[in-house]
Amino acid sequence: MTELLQQLINGLALGSILALIALGYTMVYGILRFINFAHGDVFMLGAFAGFYLAPKIATFVPLPSVAGALIIFGLSMVICAALGVLIERLAYKPLRKRPKLTVLITAIGVSLFLEYAGQFFFGASNKKFPDILPTWPVTKVLSLSVNSNQLIVLAVTLLLLLGLRFIVMKTRMGRAMRAVSFNPEAAALMGVNTDVVISFTFALGSALAAAAGILYAINYPSIDPLMGIMPGLKAFVAAVLGGIGNLPGAALGGIIIGVTETLVSGYISSTYRDAIAFAILIVILLVKPSGLLGKKEVEKV
Amino acid sequence: MLEIKNLTVGYGAINALHGISLSVAPGSIVTLIGSNGAGKTTTLKTVSGLLKPKSGEILYEGKNIAGLPPHEIVRRGLAHVPEGRMVFANLSVLENLEMGAYLVRDKKQIRAEMDAVFAAFPRLQERVQQISGTLSGGEQQMLAIGRALMGRPKFLMLDEPSLGLAPLLVAAIFAKIVEINRARGLTILLVEQNANRALEISHAGYVLETGRITLSGDSPSLRQNPQVRSAYLGG
Repeated sequence: MTELLQQLINGLALGSILALIALGYTMVYGILRFINFAHGDVFMLGAFAGFYLAPKIATFVPLPSVAGALIIFGLSMVICAALGVLIERLAYKPLRKRPKLTVLITAIGVSLFLEYAGQFFFGASNKKFPDILPTWPVTKVLSLSVNSNQLIVLAVTLLLLLGLRFIVMKTRMGRAMRAVSFNPEAAALMGVNTDVVISFTFALGSALAAAAGILYAINYPSIDPLMGIMPGLKAFVAAVLGGIGNLPGAALGGIIIGVTETLVSGYISSTYRDAIAFAILIVILLVKPSGLLGKKEVEKV
Repeated sequence: MLEIKNLTVGYGAINALHGISLSVAPGSIVTLIGSNGAGKTTTLKTVSGLLKPKSGEILYEGKNIAGLPPHEIVRRGLAHVPEGRMVFANLSVLENLEMGAYLVRDKKQIRAEMDAVFAAFPRLQERVQQISGTLSGGEQQMLAIGRALMGRPKFLMLDEPSLGLAPLLVAAIFAKIVEINRARGLTILLVEQNANRALEISHAGYVLETGRITLSGDSPSLRQNPQVRSAYLGG
């Protein structure tokens, strides 16, 4: 029982990170109906932004510290938000009126570009992510050992999810996002500048991916330019599992994938750890292609 | 108020409009009638900026707006209720109306416009929290018109407001259109397949056939025109 609870907590932490990445996939899909396969690499860039910022920040805020970690966190999110907007402007916007397949292939190209540009600029070898956050001694609750970093992951994810929910449901920009997602032409007729909404969506998704990148690096402190591939693919599966285009679905999908993966590697074999997400993808596509919370797409005539 | 000069619009190599010209006087209701595929919707979409013209001018209050993006055109007080209503089915009635006032920053003005819309369409007030996708066709049409009014437009374009509605509802919607025109002094360009009713409530009309204006005039004389009678009014 204790071990199961322990595994669940580990799974929740991993799942939260996948959920944050999955939200970016699903938001972009909701607005543009295409999968931004370069999204996992924005997650990687978030971790590297943190890696390079840390020594600079350390010159005026001692690290590890909560204040320093918050600054690194915020700056990485801003940097990746800007990069997300830039990627959309340069690579995807010129293809807006082209077939979706063209944009999809371009996204794969952007993904490869970021990965190998990363190897060129950051070096291909693994780097140790600095300790930016103080760790508290491992807490024993009900004989469970809870790592303080895991608690940080859960708390930060929860805050970001609430923030995102507020933006999407309560603000003027969020309303415009939902309107564009339902019908871009009708939204334009309301006076919505759809380009601005699309940029905002990329900024939001990329900022969440950067947050995920830092959270990941705090927990698994070895980072490299290809680190975004696997979490990116798993988060994509999470978005499909929850119902692509559906925000709560992406969060739920991330948690399910994270927990399942941890349970499988804990109780069956860690050999199958990476396979499980893709097994889930195959099953969901066969059984309920619209995802757990997704609605059936009605073909418009 | 609106003057279209020699407007040509095409999809790829095929032209949907071959140099049409028409004008809408301030405060009037002008209707554009014609059969399916004549280019009525294309005309409205080009005026509101959803389609870019190949050539020609669209003068709105004396300024050429042809080719501007839709959000720039909406900002000038031109509203377009698209064919099939296109209410945001995933948003509540309230949120749809708020979307209509997207460019209005003054909260008081939004409140006032919303009260005016509720006065015109009390049904919308009853359903204000309801998700719009669950409204009936007639209610969605009211919402689409109400949403367009939220931005306090000076010029309103309606694309097939009677489409798919029961005759009783069609009469109600047309009565509202006249009321809006009179009470607000709002200039209206109305596209309709229901030519009979459209000519009944409008001041002037144009007949569009395969991308060309073939007839025009004031509505009472168009209703008497034998060509119009045989082609659009059922003899």
